[in-house]
Amino acid sequence: MKREASTETVFRWATFCSAMLVLALLAGVMISLIYGAWPALKAFGWDFLTTEVWNPVTEKFGGLAPIYGTIVTSLIAMLIAIPIAFGIAVFLTETCPRWLRTPIGIAIELLAAIPSIVFGIWGLFILAPILQQHVQPWLIEHIGPWPIIGALFQGAPYGIGLLTAGIVLAIMVLPFITAVMREVFLVTPTSIKEAAYGVGATQWEVVWDVVLPWSRAGVIGGIMLGLGRALGETMAVTFVVGNAHRINTSLLAPGTTIAASIANEFAEAVGKLYTSSLMALGLILFVLTFVVIAGARLLLMRLESGGNRRQA
Amino acid sequence: MISVLRRRRLFSTAALGISMLATALGIAVLAAILGTLIFEGFRGWSWATFTQSTPAPQSEGGLLNAIFGSLVMTAIGIGLGAPIGMLAGTYLAEYGRHSKVTPVVRFINDVLLSAPSIVVGLFVYTLVVATMGHFSAIAGAIALAIIAMPVIVRTTEDMLRLVPTSLREGSAALGAQPWRTVTSVIYPAARSGLVTSVLLAVARISGETAPLLFTALNNQFWSSDLTKPMANLPTVIYNFAMSPYENWQVLAWAGALMITLFVLVLSIIARSTASLFGGGQSGAP
Repeated sequence: MKREASTETVFRWATFCSAMLVLALLAGVMISLIYGAWPALKAFGWDFLTTEVWNPVTEKFGGLAPIYGTIVTSLIAMLIAIPIAFGIAVFLTETCPRWLRTPIGIAIELLAAIPSIVFGIWGLFILAPILQQHVQPWLIEHIGPWPIIGALFQGAPYGIGLLTAGIVLAIMVLPFITAVMREVFLVTPTSIKEAAYGVGATQWEVVWDVVLPWSRAGVIGGIMLGLGRALGETMAVTFVVGNAHRINTSLLAPGTTIAASIANEFAEAVGKLYTSSLMALGLILFVLTFVVIAGARLLLMRLESGGNRRQA
Repeated sequence: MISVLRRRRLFSTAALGISMLATALGIAVLAAILGTLIFEGFRGWSWATFTQSTPAPQSEGGLLNAIFGSLVMTAIGIGLGAPIGMLAGTYLAEYGRHSKVTPVVRFINDVLLSAPSIVVGLFVYTLVVATMGHFSAIAGAIALAIIAMPVIVRTTEDMLRLVPTSLREGSAALGAQPWRTVTSVIYPAARSGLVTSVLLAVARISGETAPLLFTALNNQFWSSDLTKPMANLPTVIYNFAMSPYENWQVLAWAGALMITLFVLVLSIIARSTASLFGGGQSGAP
């Protein structure tokens, strides 16, 4: 009996310590990044966030180009993925015949299971040449001369660049956003949908004016979750972004992102300041994604507990 | 009046039609990716791919050392991550059910679940590689363990929560200590769910590339020394695909197909065991 009791203590402590390890992991990542980034932050200060220069020879580093690239590629990804994910979620919850729902749902989930490196290699060898030969020349010729927006589509068609990276990212985050949207659309109470149909709303009006407002928090949560993925995605971007440390107004020009810079340069970085600057980029990325993902989780969590309360 | 109604109906039909097109586009992209992957990948599959180590540019070779390295690091990663993750999941679902730290741990775990994996690479670099002074397979395995852990914590907790409370009460009524209840009643009841959780974690880490780039690095030759850099499929695919040599690019496709098939098969098995588990639950009294 005594042995039982002591095993109980040991087991209880083992589970508790393992749970605490999750918290320690987050603290450890944070501390190690700050520790690693310290020399660069001390040397460059806030200028690190606002300068574009990235010169390993003179040891002058500024993170603006990768930060810009990270944000721009993620925005492109969101711009493409949100409407398509919304469309798929609407189709799956409203119009899709019942027998087709599961296979399509599984197919979209398979997309989420494909390792990111496969998206990278596909983007580099298949998508980039197609864009270079067919899509980008058209964009340059037709949208390039437009005022303001045209500046985004000028220069030579390289195939690889910010736009290509954004498209690949859009494909990658699509299943995540779709999954969350579908889930929150499905829990919209049938009674309020039926009420809307009862007063003569069309199917689309029910989706747009009833289901979407009802599930707004969940939809935003899903989008932010996708954004968090897009910001931190490494391999798929590294293949197709071009890895050039400069800011170009044209989306067709090669650029870089935080994750791609680290993946591409860290193993070969020599000198304390170079390594430390990459660590500083990592710190910025971690803080950025942490804020976005934490926001998404809080939204989705509130939704879950709210849903339970409604049921109770 | 009629024209307004007609316009609304037309708009509705058009919008829903576009949503169908969006779905078709999603499926088409999936088909295009899998299609090219299978086509290009099988071209690179030969006897040599599975029996020889990575070649020099423009010469014959395979991916044997990379396959071996990936298997070793994934196995160690799961070996480290699964027990800790399961214990933590057990705390969240059982001991810590009413504890104040449980929501915090669950929240942080969810954040870690979607945190960028390259940051984990930087963490392990500082913690292990910089301390040891050189890149090593064990550092890669630790990075994979850190990525696997949140997956297992989350799914373990979900699976344990599916076990009916009556089983816990029955066990307690027989005088069992909580740890006995957990290990002899709850774990067996949730067995296939726990297997699913491990399978999902294996699927997640076997395709991970970013955290291996500067922990395990790469090795052109056969190596089974855990304290040395070790070849692994994701890094080899990355290096070979970015190279200008055609034979390397062919091997990169071959490796990409290998990983994808592995991950997809695992996901499908995980999904079917999970549904079996769910079926067993609903059948239970």
